[in-house]
Amino acid sequence: MTIPTSSIEQVIPEQGAMAQPDATPPGKAKRSRFRFVSSGKALTGIVILGIYILFAIIGPWVAPYAPDARSKDLVSPPSGAHWLGTTHLGQDVLSQLLDGTRTVMVVGLAAGAMATILSVLIGVTAGYLGGGLDESLSALSNVFLVIPALPLVIIVTAAAPGGGAVLVALIIGATSWAWNARVLRAQTLSLRRRDYIEAARATGEKTWRIILFEIMPNLTAIIASGFVGTVIFAVTSEITLAFIGIGADTGWNWGTILFWAQSQQALAQGAWWWFVPAGLAIAFLGTALSLINFGIDEFVSPRLRSAGKTKIKTASGHTVRMRVGFTPVLKSTTATPVLRNTSSKEAAK
Amino acid sequence: MKYLLQRIAFYLFTAWAAITLNFFIPRMIPGDPVKSLLSRFQGQMSSQAIDSLYVLFGLDKNASIWEQYFDYWKQLFHGDLGLSFTAFPSPVSEVIGSALPWTLALVGITTVISFFLGTGLGVLAGWRRGSWVDGLLPATTFLSSVPYFWLGLLAIFLLAGPNSIFPSGGGYTPGLIPAWDQYFIPSAIQHSLLPALTILISSVSGWILSMRNMMVTVAAEDYITVAHAKGLSEKRVALSYAARNALLPNVSGFALSLGFIVGGTLLVEIVFSYPGLGFLLFRAVTAKDYPLMQGIFLVITISVLVANLIADIAYLLLDPRTRKEG
Repeated sequence: MTIPTSSIEQVIPEQGAMAQPDATPPGKAKRSRFRFVSSGKALTGIVILGIYILFAIIGPWVAPYAPDARSKDLVSPPSGAHWLGTTHLGQDVLSQLLDGTRTVMVVGLAAGAMATILSVLIGVTAGYLGGGLDESLSALSNVFLVIPALPLVIIVTAAAPGGGAVLVALIIGATSWAWNARVLRAQTLSLRRRDYIEAARATGEKTWRIILFEIMPNLTAIIASGFVGTVIFAVTSEITLAFIGIGADTGWNWGTILFWAQSQQALAQGAWWWFVPAGLAIAFLGTALSLINFGIDEFVSPRLRSAGKTKIKTASGHTVRMRVGFTPVLKSTTATPVLRNTSSKEAAK
Repeated sequence: MKYLLQRIAFYLFTAWAAITLNFFIPRMIPGDPVKSLLSRFQGQMSSQAIDSLYVLFGLDKNASIWEQYFDYWKQLFHGDLGLSFTAFPSPVSEVIGSALPWTLALVGITTVISFFLGTGLGVLAGWRRGSWVDGLLPATTFLSSVPYFWLGLLAIFLLAGPNSIFPSGGGYTPGLIPAWDQYFIPSAIQHSLLPALTILISSVSGWILSMRNMMVTVAAEDYITVAHAKGLSEKRVALSYAARNALLPNVSGFALSLGFIVGGTLLVEIVFSYPGLGFLLFRAVTAKDYPLMQGIFLVITISVLVANLIADIAYLLLDPRTRKEG
């Protein structure tokens, strides 16, 4: 379960993404759009995610065996024939893992997309139109925020018989939009009082046009980060459902592997190869998505970037710790300490 | 006071929404799974028990939806959640009642510890940016991406075993009778160590990260600079000026993420066969025990609402602004 790590206050700084294009000369505006990729975290995340997407596409074809093909090697450790060992029926764990990647990615992305669409519809409408509609939509999203999502998903999925992957994605998407809707509403509220929106309204632009062409482009970063966050949640929920044995008829996914490992006593038999790879696959996917989200957060709010070197040794041997908004005063008068500002983010302050 | 009343009104509304949701979910299922279960248990149930299940799952096709809804509420106020199929013939409320203390103890204590520990480390990481604590951040990202239940599996595999002090599952040594005595309590604590550790490791990183980010934001505020300029000690500025203000969003974040955390901890219980609500929910799902599932969902939701209310009261105590308006 991923806890939303950024509060609304951080996602919406005063000098957010919308302030940045003005600072760069017009010629460079195009490049700055992809600048967040240049942060190491985001790039690492994108590369790992790319590998997962690649395996989601080619996984079932490159898998050495069919995921449920049985063989005579029961619960055998990793070997040349079975790189990640076998299960209690002699099925190849690597093949199950590769085959499962597709389901995991498809359900995760579909649920993420659905939740994002819902959150944009509800959040932006509530924020822009205001009034009684805002009150009721906000109450709705607060209710969904407080009700524990996972038990809800479990009872709904368990109640719906013969649920396939699509149904699971729909249910997860329908229960996980609330956080993003809340963030989007807050940001829309602050945007709608800006001068350029007032100007658009004064010139008689239609409401839908203002929302689509004036407000939405300025919400891109928040929508993207919300999407990534929901995909993390969707993937974990989906795997969890498979792990406790509901929605199991969605084909192989990593949760199904863990379900069999748990129910067939993999732990007692010491069969680590059965459950370790699936868990690592989940963890790395989650890490990649979180890293992308940090990249977006830091792009929007530069203060959050990890500081580089904050301790500087001066010529006289004193250690000075740099801090935002501070000019260190040094005792030694002889050496003129060269104190570089650690990076441009402090200059922006 | 006005703030508190508003919050209470909101939670009452949410409770109503959750109960209504619980009313409609079984009614939207095509083909009644409950009916087939009822026919399996035919002859063993009293007519009163059958009646109550009819009300809970809307099997009475003659009644209008409003009548059904009204009956449903009437039944809930009597505390009647129907009969459990897995623990036949115990009523659902009894089955849940015996599992609830386990979950409250395990999840409640670990969540509070994790919140304080994570917030403390977050203060450190945010205040001393660029120190060794920042180096922990990638590790915490990784840990918070690991599903709780998988970490539990790993913990059992690595730490539990016949020769280890950590038992691999259950809530107490089999054969003991639950009571407040010198045999049962140590055994219960020993059994809860590993699940608690698992929950702690995977939930603490979220708190570290959010507190760190808030500290970083707060550290750049003018009043921090002023506090420094007044010559206050570093510790005083960090704790009474920066951390106190940074804590507020973290407390409201605590309330909001409680739902997520509870979902995760339920799974840890499943892995450790811990006799709490999570394991009960798992057994209900495997056995298609719908009355029990619905009951557990209601109890979990209401517990989360109560916890939220407590977090709101804490917020009220921490933030003078909310008090002033009332």
